[in-house]
Amino acid sequence: MKSALSSKRAKSRFLPSLGMTIFGQPVNVLGFLGRLTAQAGKRRDLGMTIPGRVAATLLVGMVCLGLASVASAQVTAQRLLDSAKEPQNWLMYSGDYAGHRYSVLEQVNTKNASALVPKWAYQTMAGGKFETTPLVVDGVLYATGADDRAFALDARSGRPIWQYQRALPADIRPCCGRVNRGLAIFGDKVFLGTLDAHVIALDTKTGNVVWDVAAAEHSMGYSITLAPLVIKDLVLIGVSGGEYGIRGFIDAYDEATGARKWRFYTIPAPGEPGHDTWEGESWKIGGAPAWITGTYDPATNTTFWTTGNPAPSNRGEGRAGDNLYSNSLLALDPSTGKLKWHFQFTKHDEHDYDATQIPVQVDDGDRHLIMQANRNGFFYVIDRASGKLLSATPYGRVTWSNSKDASGVPIERKEASPTLAGVPVCPGALGATNWMSPTYDPQTKLFYVSAREQCDIFSTAPQPYEAGHAFYGSAYFPNDDAQPFWGALRAIDPATSQIKWELKHLSPSWSGVLSTAGGLVFTGDAEGNFMALDAATGKILWHFQCGASVYASPMTYAMDGKQYVAIAAGSTLFAFGLP
Amino acid sequence: MCRSNLLSLIPTGRAMAFRWFAGLVCLVFLVFLVGNRPLFAQEKNPYAGDAKIAKVGEYQFRLNCAFCHGLGARGGGRGPDLTRAKRHGSSDAEIFHNIHDGIAGTAMPAATNGGIGVGMSDEEIWQVVTYIRSLEVKAPAQPVGSAAHGKQLFNGAAGCSGCHMVEGKGGRLGPDLTSVGASRSTEYLVESLRNPSRRLAQGIFEPMKEFPQEYVSVSVVTADGTKLSGVVVNEDQFTLQMLDTREQLYLFEKEKLRSLEKRRESAMPAYDQKTLSDRDLQDLIAYLQTVGAQ
Repeated sequence: MKSALSSKRAKSRFLPSLGMTIFGQPVNVLGFLGRLTAQAGKRRDLGMTIPGRVAATLLVGMVCLGLASVASAQVTAQRLLDSAKEPQNWLMYSGDYAGHRYSVLEQVNTKNASALVPKWAYQTMAGGKFETTPLVVDGVLYATGADDRAFALDARSGRPIWQYQRALPADIRPCCGRVNRGLAIFGDKVFLGTLDAHVIALDTKTGNVVWDVAAAEHSMGYSITLAPLVIKDLVLIGVSGGEYGIRGFIDAYDEATGARKWRFYTIPAPGEPGHDTWEGESWKIGGAPAWITGTYDPATNTTFWTTGNPAPSNRGEGRAGDNLYSNSLLALDPSTGKLKWHFQFTKHDEHDYDATQIPVQVDDGDRHLIMQANRNGFFYVIDRASGKLLSATPYGRVTWSNSKDASGVPIERKEASPTLAGVPVCPGALGATNWMSPTYDPQTKLFYVSAREQCDIFSTAPQPYEAGHAFYGSAYFPNDDAQPFWGALRAIDPATSQIKWELKHLSPSWSGVLSTAGGLVFTGDAEGNFMALDAATGKILWHFQCGASVYASPMTYAMDGKQYVAIAAGSTLFAFGLP
Repeated sequence: MCRSNLLSLIPTGRAMAFRWFAGLVCLVFLVFLVGNRPLFAQEKNPYAGDAKIAKVGEYQFRLNCAFCHGLGARGGGRGPDLTRAKRHGSSDAEIFHNIHDGIAGTAMPAATNGGIGVGMSDEEIWQVVTYIRSLEVKAPAQPVGSAAHGKQLFNGAAGCSGCHMVEGKGGRLGPDLTSVGASRSTEYLVESLRNPSRRLAQGIFEPMKEFPQEYVSVSVVTADGTKLSGVVVNEDQFTLQMLDTREQLYLFEKEKLRSLEKRRESAMPAYDQKTLSDRDLQDLIAYLQTVGAQ
């Protein structure tokens, strides 16, 4: 497992502020806690669950009681590496560098989940989709809302400590809502990417702007919606704008000053490898945005980022070729931004199949893998060292491809290419899944993803490029409005790529998924329910009606020895816990 | 820079003056946003009657509007037919405003960046307006049937009003049809009568929910063995809100039902040629289109 790798590097980290007033001597409490909960997990496998869990719970309690009054430890590079060892905190978008969205907290578990109750709610009063994943550090919760607001809350009560609202210009170009998915944290700063394509650092104590840099010109179609990723002292971030003919990139900024340290253009310039996969001048406006947070493998010092569609998204005319590195997985050196390898999921995409799904790292014995449930309907298993494809298996209805090339990469069926009259293709433009996070549970060894079953008719609509204007070259609409569209939470066994179980949703869901050592997975649905399921069977153990469709991925944290699970829905952030 | 949102404008300590200033800036910004309609929108279509622009507008329409309104603007699964009189205004300026700002209380979003879509410039909106107006000319102006006879059928022999409301009168088992004549194409109305199960009517539309509830048929057996059938008003994974055939509302927790069966077929009978002649069908549609236009 990934955590086993990182624990080697984490030997004797000690946090002064956790001072060991608890036992009267310096102890690495959090590291101890991590080991203990890990052991508790092993004991469960042996059928000796209770003592380990009680001990772990008590310890979470002691640690968090200690923290509650201190709440000032700064997040260091080492703490980010060892995130699994302080499960009461949620230090980055996916919870850890591996992208698992898994927590070893197990106070809330299959036996008591049915008793969960809302503990508090925080209302942003913002309209539109609420896509944030909060961070929690030592009792303070940091999150974002629509229109680039950010806020810090007391994680116990939901009461605000500070609130920040970006003043956005009128000519921003967000394709798909004025959304933001969250923050990254390092030291005494949280980092926010904005809809006007700036990267800003806010003081964790006040919400004041510490630095503010423009990553790109927003009026040209650039915007930022993703949560950044901090690696060492760099803030990594990518851009949105695949619907406006941008040239995508991934940037790294010095956390202290905001100075840009490197930029990796996701479309190669003339003379660079891959440039010949673009026709004529199309590379200049070829899209390939990077709008979902990457992951990081400290063992090889490699960061994995995924990219979106080539532009125009649904019309290949004028951009003949594979269109690298659109719809790709990129392995980058985080210190330099240098490309180590790439893997392209959908070549010369004409169906808006952005590959912007979390690239999840899974270690299976000696095999170091990346797994991704892609928007194009295939579940990919890729070698993390080489980028070599190991398998690609449909996890939903797929009609755009019915063959693979020599290396096993699914390739487009000619008849699936959009026409003026329109062609029905599955999955639809919004994909078999989308940006919502999957989770990998190292206990069940299952990969859970929100799958959408919806097909579209893809019809071309010639559209010249005009700077800052929408540029997608096609229309799409539901394949057949006589057909129901539905969704499912699917548990994929990565060993076989087969679906072990599914929970059907009445309509496609936009909720991400969280798994925990309590044997639970949490997810939401379009009808507004947030629920806890048995991770082994998919049985629903608890649910709460949030009152609005869920467009966010859940997370969990602990305070005062009590575990909370948080989800954004409507304009409200909810936290649930045991009574 | 408006650092604080409106809620946090309450002045405290020495930051007070700055905060009030920031608040003023925010307020000016908000007024600017709210007041942008007269600033950006125009009342006069610069391309009125221009056939070339109408063609450009057709592509813009496919890109931005066909998802709901269908190719050719003849109504899709969600959006109304736009080739005939439009309920929310048919003048160039009204259509422009409806696209630019959306239509409150409907699923129609603002096409600008505040809305759901990718964002359209004023120029692009005018192109679409020009396209929509160009279609109108080609569409038949008058319904062919007798609206008066259609009304009689609706409220009498055809039995429509038993389940459907028009202008506040009638049943509520099926959708209210007051505006259906204005919002749906003739083809859609014909299909709805001849083959109502082919495409189920849409019911409640919740903000932010991607797909509306449909008029799905449902049969349940309650815990005490009572059998009920009717239509789904709304549902989620755990609960069901349904009307039985006598329009009685039932609110169920699904796990407490002995059985629950949904069918993707309309509770409405299919009106074939024997039940409703082509002539009567035309008259019914003429009635709905006349009512809808009012």
